[in-house]
Amino acid sequence: MTQMLKYVLQDVIRARFVLFYWLFIVAVTTLLFQLDSDPAKVVVSLLNVILLVVPLVCIVFTTIHFFNSYEFILLLMAQPIARKTVFLSQYIGVASSLALAFLAGVGLPAIAFGGAAKVLSILGIGLFITFTFVSLGFLAASLSRDKAKAIGIALLFWIYFALIYDGLILWVVYAFNDYPLEIPTLILTSLNPLDLGRIVMLLSIDVSALMGYTGAFFKEFFGNLTGEIFSLAMLSVWVLWPLWVALHRFKHNDL
Amino acid sequence: MKWVVTFCLLFLAVMTLHAKSTVQTTDALLRELKKAKAGDTIIIKSGHYKPGNIIIDKPMTLIGEGLPVLDGENKIEIITVLAKDVTIIGLKLINTGVSSMNDFAAIKANTAHRLKVRDNVLVNSFFGIHISNTIGAEIIHNTIYHDQVAEESSIGNGIHLWKSAQAKIENNRVSGHRDGIYFEFVTSSAVKNNYIEKNLRYGLHFMFSHENQYIENKFINNGAGVAVMYTHSIKMIKNIFSQNWGSSSYGMLLKDISDSEVRENQFLNNTVGIHMEGSSRIKFFKNIFQGNGYALRLQASCDNNDFKQNNFQQNTFDVTTNGVTVLNNITGNYWDRYEGYDLNKDGVGDTGYRPVSLYSMIVERVPASILLWRSFMVFLLDRAEKNFPAVIPENLIDNKPSMKPYDLFKKSN
Repeated sequence: MTQMLKYVLQDVIRARFVLFYWLFIVAVTTLLFQLDSDPAKVVVSLLNVILLVVPLVCIVFTTIHFFNSYEFILLLMAQPIARKTVFLSQYIGVASSLALAFLAGVGLPAIAFGGAAKVLSILGIGLFITFTFVSLGFLAASLSRDKAKAIGIALLFWIYFALIYDGLILWVVYAFNDYPLEIPTLILTSLNPLDLGRIVMLLSIDVSALMGYTGAFFKEFFGNLTGEIFSLAMLSVWVLWPLWVALHRFKHNDL
Repeated sequence: MKWVVTFCLLFLAVMTLHAKSTVQTTDALLRELKKAKAGDTIIIKSGHYKPGNIIIDKPMTLIGEGLPVLDGENKIEIITVLAKDVTIIGLKLINTGVSSMNDFAAIKANTAHRLKVRDNVLVNSFFGIHISNTIGAEIIHNTIYHDQVAEESSIGNGIHLWKSAQAKIENNRVSGHRDGIYFEFVTSSAVKNNYIEKNLRYGLHFMFSHENQYIENKFINNGAGVAVMYTHSIKMIKNIFSQNWGSSSYGMLLKDISDSEVRENQFLNNTVGIHMEGSSRIKFFKNIFQGNGYALRLQASCDNNDFKQNNFQQNTFDVTTNGVTVLNNITGNYWDRYEGYDLNKDGVGDTGYRPVSLYSMIVERVPASILLWRSFMVFLLDRAEKNFPAVIPENLIDNKPSMKPYDLFKKSN
């Protein structure tokens, strides 16, 4: 497994894409820190990047990477190695390199500008989002044997979680606004890793958004230990279930 | 300054040949109170007194030396003033009774014109200073606080005035009471430089109290902020309203206020900076709205209000409203979200700024949608709506937004 992980990492690094990704994040973070001296505002602006760019890059890169190393995977399959091992080493290789690029991309400028403590929560959320969307990327890849189609599915996942889902929530709360909606919206938002990450993030940095009864309700829920465990568990579920489905399909499908 | 005043008062007391006596025990105090004639002065030496309810029914002066403690033993009202020209200086009044029938107060005055209450410390009283039907009361430099856990219903107001006029309330600190300062039918009075913090309900609460001035007060972290109602012709200048944070908390709530002036105030980090309904002809000039959830909640029932040269910075929502008719004038303010340009470099943006966003309208209608704040979807909706207004009031627009924040106060303030 270690040997295979090494090959995957070598492969990812040779593609140089992760390097560009890292440079992009460094550039954005540095720019934001230069534009605004207040780390809290930088974090809020970074949040937008993380909620849009990170998922997009992760899911598309993962899908493309899977198809690019398809022949290598076939070659490995010819060896006496469990499919699970092959799949997981692919996953860990891709996910860890993207995660590292993200961590270093946000972390280094933050340390340089002295805002390291403020970005801790965003690093955590970003990591979860990276792992989740790498999982979803593998899921997209496992859903089709055609590369173009798989990338299409990946983009669909991204648009759904980043945009369409929020529109649906908005529509639901608007349509049912005569009913108490606190618990339904809580459930609805936990069904989208990006929403969940955003809310956890906002509660930790900028509570001024969450006002009124709903705000108080959510602050109370997410502010205490149960809420933290709940959000952490939900985020983990979002990393694990697509991965599990993808692994299952990888193990049982014809390659 | 206060020593000079005290000295002058003492001097006057001596000059007019009124009797002056000094007491050191509760018995002596009660005896002297009984004996005293109009214009006398009693000096109370430092110590712990349990005199019961002191009723002052003639003009006289009570002076504490070394902050003597008058203890109400949680049973009674401590000082009741029923005469004009009474002065109370330098006492520490603690533990009044609590009652739902009577408004027990540490100092209660009725028809006590020109009452002076200075330099006292009032601890754990039900009402702190309770004044009614009095002209020209002066309440200066008192510290009033309640440090026991209490419910809103089991505690009275710090400074409570009813049907009074020309009162002067300066340099007091009030905390832990129900309302910090409460006025009802109080006119032509000045409230200056008070520090009102952590009261259970409102920092300042008044009704039917016209022509008053509120200058350089600080209202910080009160249960529901400041609420003022049914009043015209008030001036609020250079006050600070901050940290009034909670689901029904306001920096300042204006209800049926008219012909007034609100200028050079700072509204910092409140859930709602200003909430106003049914208010007319108020001039809001040179205020700072910073870090509030809603900077300004302008209900459609308000008209002819003027907002000029205010700074709106780092608020979640700048302005929200609940209707589409716009009867107010919002011009020439600074908005940190303004994205227009200034071709002729005159410091005024060339395109208008609409401070109401579509999303804030949705949140007004469906509070639960606050959860989508900062989501990409909301960003897109807001963008689209800003350029092609369909839902937001089209006329609620600042046509002369300033390009730079007005230099209103220094940070040190």
